[in-house]
Amino acid sequence: MKKPAKKMLIQMYEKMILIRKVEERLMEVFSKGEIPGFIHVCIGQEATPVAVCSWLKNSDYMANTHRGHGHALAKGIDLNLFMAELFGKANGFCRGRSGSMHVADRQLGILGANGIVGGGIPIATGAAFAASYQKTGQVTVCFFGEGATDEGVFHESLNIASLRKLPIVYICENNGWAEFTPQTVHMPIRNVADRAGAYDMIAITVSNEVLDIYQAAGTAVERARSGQGPTLLEVKSARWHGHFVGDAQKYRGQEDIETARQKDCIADFETKLVKEKVLTKMDITETGDRVHRQIEAAVSFARESPFPEPSELMDDLYA
Amino acid sequence: MKEIRYIKAINEAIKEEMERDETVFLIGEDVGIPGGSFGASRGLYDLFGPERVVDTPISEAAITGLAAGAAACGLRPILEIMFMDFMTVCMDGIVNQIAKMRYMFGSQYRVPIVIRTPSGAGLNAGPQHSQSLEAWFAHVPGLKVVMPATPYDMKGLLKSAVRDDNPVIVVEHKALHALKGSIPEEEYLVPIGKANVKKEGTDVTLVTVSRMVHESLKAAAALAEEGIHVEVIDLLTISPWDRETVFNSVGKTHRLVIAHEAVKSFGIGAEISAAVCEEIMDDLDAPVMRVGAPHVPVPFSLEKTYLPAAEDIIAAVRKTLERTF
Repeated sequence: MKKPAKKMLIQMYEKMILIRKVEERLMEVFSKGEIPGFIHVCIGQEATPVAVCSWLKNSDYMANTHRGHGHALAKGIDLNLFMAELFGKANGFCRGRSGSMHVADRQLGILGANGIVGGGIPIATGAAFAASYQKTGQVTVCFFGEGATDEGVFHESLNIASLRKLPIVYICENNGWAEFTPQTVHMPIRNVADRAGAYDMIAITVSNEVLDIYQAAGTAVERARSGQGPTLLEVKSARWHGHFVGDAQKYRGQEDIETARQKDCIADFETKLVKEKVLTKMDITETGDRVHRQIEAAVSFARESPFPEPSELMDDLYA
Repeated sequence: MKEIRYIKAINEAIKEEMERDETVFLIGEDVGIPGGSFGASRGLYDLFGPERVVDTPISEAAITGLAAGAAACGLRPILEIMFMDFMTVCMDGIVNQIAKMRYMFGSQYRVPIVIRTPSGAGLNAGPQHSQSLEAWFAHVPGLKVVMPATPYDMKGLLKSAVRDDNPVIVVEHKALHALKGSIPEEEYLVPIGKANVKKEGTDVTLVTVSRMVHESLKAAAALAEEGIHVEVIDLLTISPWDRETVFNSVGKTHRLVIAHEAVKSFGIGAEISAAVCEEIMDDLDAPVMRVGAPHVPVPFSLEKTYLPAAEDIIAAVRKTLERTF
């Protein structure tokens, strides 16, 4: 697998910064009560969606989860309209009907984040089935956590995908926590990748390093696109915060949180890019400032956008 | 016209729609080489091949989700769930995913899925292979539910369901699979959402569906001999149901009986009764009566005792005639 070009490295870095800063800003506005409901941030997990989506075309399909802001942003979703959806506004991607947990963008093949753990896995398998049926060459990527691999649909879907050699990459972001329960409590194995063996599926486990994920994802996406079938890619990821914003994590020791924070995929990547002279300290500051301005503009856009009218309540239930 | 069995009507509808539109495919357990566990897809594998007549593992939850994804990405799946009882295994896919995909995502996606499933008792198949669960699905916004009672309606409604851009659950009745009926040689459709007045009458409106249509017609014939003229309405579509036809009929007869095979409690009869009471209470001359199964699972050996039949309908009609307000 070839090394990513400098331009690609910079793009990936910027996307990772974007995701983290969006999540940090969302935590602020959510905590102030500007966004109701629940949000789930992916701070600590930015490397996986960015590395995987680097290999995708706009037309490729993606299914993701409640912790899905990073996936949507990595796939290239418009930041303003994304933010408008999270604020529940009428011009959001889903007309304010989905909020944080179900953001979808048909133009980018984003099939919709799923609020049901594991719910997106068979849907993604169906997208891959459609691409295979219509011989379009599209690849589907499907993100989920290790908790979802305890669901029946995970096993059923991998079985079907392997049987039919579907063009799909299943990506398990193993952050060690299934909501409030650690992996040791709900799973007798340490590597989710081991589960693929039962379905004669190729699987690989990689660290939270963006370039490791990039290499593994490239191989998997290429395998899917060339008709050689699915892959299960497991990333040993890290969840810095609680299950949802506001979760006090009383079930989790401070030591575990510290360990997760030490796996900082962005700091590691930054150090590497500076060392290899891809970026200067100045570039890094400038990137941070630029991304900050984009996010502030998006938050303003979302704040100023209108809420849906009550008269829209019953619209579009049926086609 | 030609004579055809209900099961063959299903087969013809699928075949014609697959010939008409290449995005239509059939998926389910044993639908391919075996031709379906009740024979609904017999011969289709040979005609269309394994790419379009897709045999799956026994994984109802995953194939339901798969159908959702395939539909969102441009295909028109016909998903067979072998027994309606097994729909319980598909509930996340149907209720949280398929029913909500269009609305929840701001109408970006269409989900043209047909889920065909044989329901009902009458074959001594026991508690887990005999249920009528249509009310569950009618309760979920975003789904359409049809329950044809004759070969003619089955073929026409199934074809309409395949062409509909929304998820449609087509509830077959196992005990009707062998039923013969006349259908035209040429192509036709039966519209979703439109009830059919099977027999006109002036004394009592009898709203019914699926197998109970036949029991209702038997009951109406017996009552006609006594000079009681029952108007029998085959609802055909449970959701969205044809209020206009029902309300017009009640406006004429001023009495209403609803008969279905599902358990009476919380069934579609309750919904229709409530809607009539809310909207046209003044038109009623007597309390609305419901006929349905008792609130127990479908037993293996006491199935006949369990099943509502023409006698129960006759009793309900008599009661509504006796109990004038």
